[in-house]
Amino acid sequence: MLGALFHNHCRDCRPNRICTIHENDAEGEGHVVALAGNPNTGKSTVFNALTGLNQHTGNWPGKTVSRAEGTFVYEGSAYTLVDLPGTYSLLSASTDEEIARDFILFGQPDCTVVVVDATSLERNLNLVLQVMEITNKVIVCVNLIDEARRKGIEVDTDQLSKDLGVPAVGTAARYGEGLSELVKTIAGVIDGRIETTPKLPAPPLAVKSAVDELVPKVQALLPGVRNARWIAYRLIEGDYPLRQALISGQFAALVGDERNSLRTALLAEHAAAG
Amino acid sequence: MNVSTTPMPERPSAAGLLQQADALRETVGGERFRDELVAELYRHAEKIAARSVRKRKPRGWFADEKIDRILTHPVLGIPVMAALLAIVFWLTIAGANVPSSFLAGLLMTDGGLTDAFRAYFDINAPAMLSASLYQLLHELFGVLQAPYWLSGFLVDGVYLGLAWVVSVMLPPMAIFFPLFTLLEDLGYLPRVAFNLDWLFKRAGAHGKQALTMMMGFGCNAAGVIACRVIDSPREKLIAILTNTFVPCNGRFPTLIAVASLFVAGAVAKPGTFAASLIGTATVVGVVVLGVATTLIVSWALSRTVLRGEPSVFILELPPYRRPSVARVIYTSLIDRTVFVLYRACVVAAPAGGIIWLMANFQLGSASIADQVSGFLDLFGRLLGLDGVILLAFIIAIPANEIVLPTALMLYMHQSRMVEVQGTMLSSVLTDHGWTVVTAACLMLFSLMHNPCGTTIWTIWSETRSVRWTVFGALMPLAIAILVCAFVANFVRLFSIVSAGSAL
Repeated sequence: MLGALFHNHCRDCRPNRICTIHENDAEGEGHVVALAGNPNTGKSTVFNALTGLNQHTGNWPGKTVSRAEGTFVYEGSAYTLVDLPGTYSLLSASTDEEIARDFILFGQPDCTVVVVDATSLERNLNLVLQVMEITNKVIVCVNLIDEARRKGIEVDTDQLSKDLGVPAVGTAARYGEGLSELVKTIAGVIDGRIETTPKLPAPPLAVKSAVDELVPKVQALLPGVRNARWIAYRLIEGDYPLRQALISGQFAALVGDERNSLRTALLAEHAAAG
Repeated sequence: MNVSTTPMPERPSAAGLLQQADALRETVGGERFRDELVAELYRHAEKIAARSVRKRKPRGWFADEKIDRILTHPVLGIPVMAALLAIVFWLTIAGANVPSSFLAGLLMTDGGLTDAFRAYFDINAPAMLSASLYQLLHELFGVLQAPYWLSGFLVDGVYLGLAWVVSVMLPPMAIFFPLFTLLEDLGYLPRVAFNLDWLFKRAGAHGKQALTMMMGFGCNAAGVIACRVIDSPREKLIAILTNTFVPCNGRFPTLIAVASLFVAGAVAKPGTFAASLIGTATVVGVVVLGVATTLIVSWALSRTVLRGEPSVFILELPPYRRPSVARVIYTSLIDRTVFVLYRACVVAAPAGGIIWLMANFQLGSASIADQVSGFLDLFGRLLGLDGVILLAFIIAIPANEIVLPTALMLYMHQSRMVEVQGTMLSSVLTDHGWTVVTAACLMLFSLMHNPCGTTIWTIWSETRSVRWTVFGALMPLAIAILVCAFVANFVRLFSIVSAGSAL
């Protein structure tokens, strides 16, 4: 808990300037991987294990929530891992959830890894399903399998990935177990070698037609938005914070046809602040 | 010519979109729709989990629930917690004395390591070990024929400042931090928060403040940053403003040193088991008092300037994890011990120099140090302290770690002591009129006074309010002054009364 005590500015970057994490990468920007998960699932352990000392910390722009990014290289390609705040859902009830949701929605990560606790898979799957509603490129990292074993719990990751339609990898990040498999899967999902087809419960017909009707309107309001379907869904559902974000123009600002518009916004905001 | 009358395309607006969404919601079941969607998601998760999870009976009796039943027991929880803390402090106090003497011998006392070996192991070490680094440095400067002020500033000032900090602070830190990190790594701290959470709610504060307070034990600046987890601005402010009432890593060694070197030694024979128990009880008492002060001040704030109802939250108890020893050692030694020591040294080195200058430059009839501490003395005595201790607290504003070393250096300059004697620590203090009351008031003052410079700066950067920052610095100071004045004068009154009745 106290590990995150002291703000560690990365050694080679000047304080108060955003770390342009791609600086050191061989291949330009590299791939962006979002790391989501419930609190206490060992998400940070996974993050630390994958990125080692190549980490940069700062704050999410405009928020007092700390943000960690790190890089790793696999088979010559650079990957940037963005550690999202630990949340139980993406219903945007708190700042943390809002940040996680906005990044998955608008940060356009090349893939999202959801870390789940093997000892309480059922509760953790809610977040996985919510992420799958937003994006196809999802990997489930079933962490803490060592602890689950101790408690006599076994998770069949093959069955899980068959049922979810996205890859599931068992890990014990504390001991480095399963991490190479995880990295391989990340690379595979990003370059398309591994196909992901999220299986979600089909909505009732009435809901589907209602969503179909609203999607073009969402697209008209937010030209270039990628997840219009998801936004339409939430709006019909009556997601209050999401409505607020639309009215305040927060969403419009985040959406852009340029890739990684959020990243650009982050950079601009930091440059202005610095 | 007719103007074409094709309808203008509807300009998209957020309000229009929301209106349409609201209308569509009615077609799919209205407000119930959302609950149904959530329920559907949960059912789906349940179905998938059931298909891929297999459970056997857990091996052995070592189940988290059983441990939690004791550790978070409504009645037993708090005594167990106090006992665990007591064990940690006892190990620290009992273990820190020996290495402290050896470090002092190596770095500065007259008999060098030889004395330490003789005192603790009854071994006659070779004579070459009988000189301390401090003496060697003096000789070196003598050989180089360095001017008086240079050797004074560098050796008696800067070097001695560092040596004091290292020998007084390093051993307790090197024992305390790994033990504390171990508790943390086991997952015990959230349980502590769980045990205390109802108390915070009773005080009108947020239950999560129990967590941010626990962080404060590590470092108040970090504790203040941790207050970000509290969503309500009112409760967040309460948590930020009261964080300084629990002793941080920088103040723990001060408390432990005063408790073990002075309080324990004054009551029982130094170095005995009884002495270490008394020292432990003292530190535990100070910690409990710190928590109590946090609660009382939170209560007072939520009844006055920050009025409101506490909000509800869910605290999840993470499972117990087997601590990874390498990580514990790394975090506690590198992240904490070295970090805190480094911070202390960075402040102690210039402070040592400044103290030497203050002690050796005359202002009128006395040195600057004497003038300032003399000026502060009356006020200090009112608080059960003295001018030197107050001056030490002022010099130590950048880092609370150096309060005790600073006070010791000031005393030594005051009594024109040039040589540092072994086992002199407590005798220097008694020579300068220290009693158990002085020690108690110093610990109280250290516990309650204004936060250190870093924490004050952090309060500002978290609240962005000069008003709250000033309040966060002065309110604890006022409380510390009031409490110390009360204790000191209550004891004085009591001793006058009892002396009177003895006549």
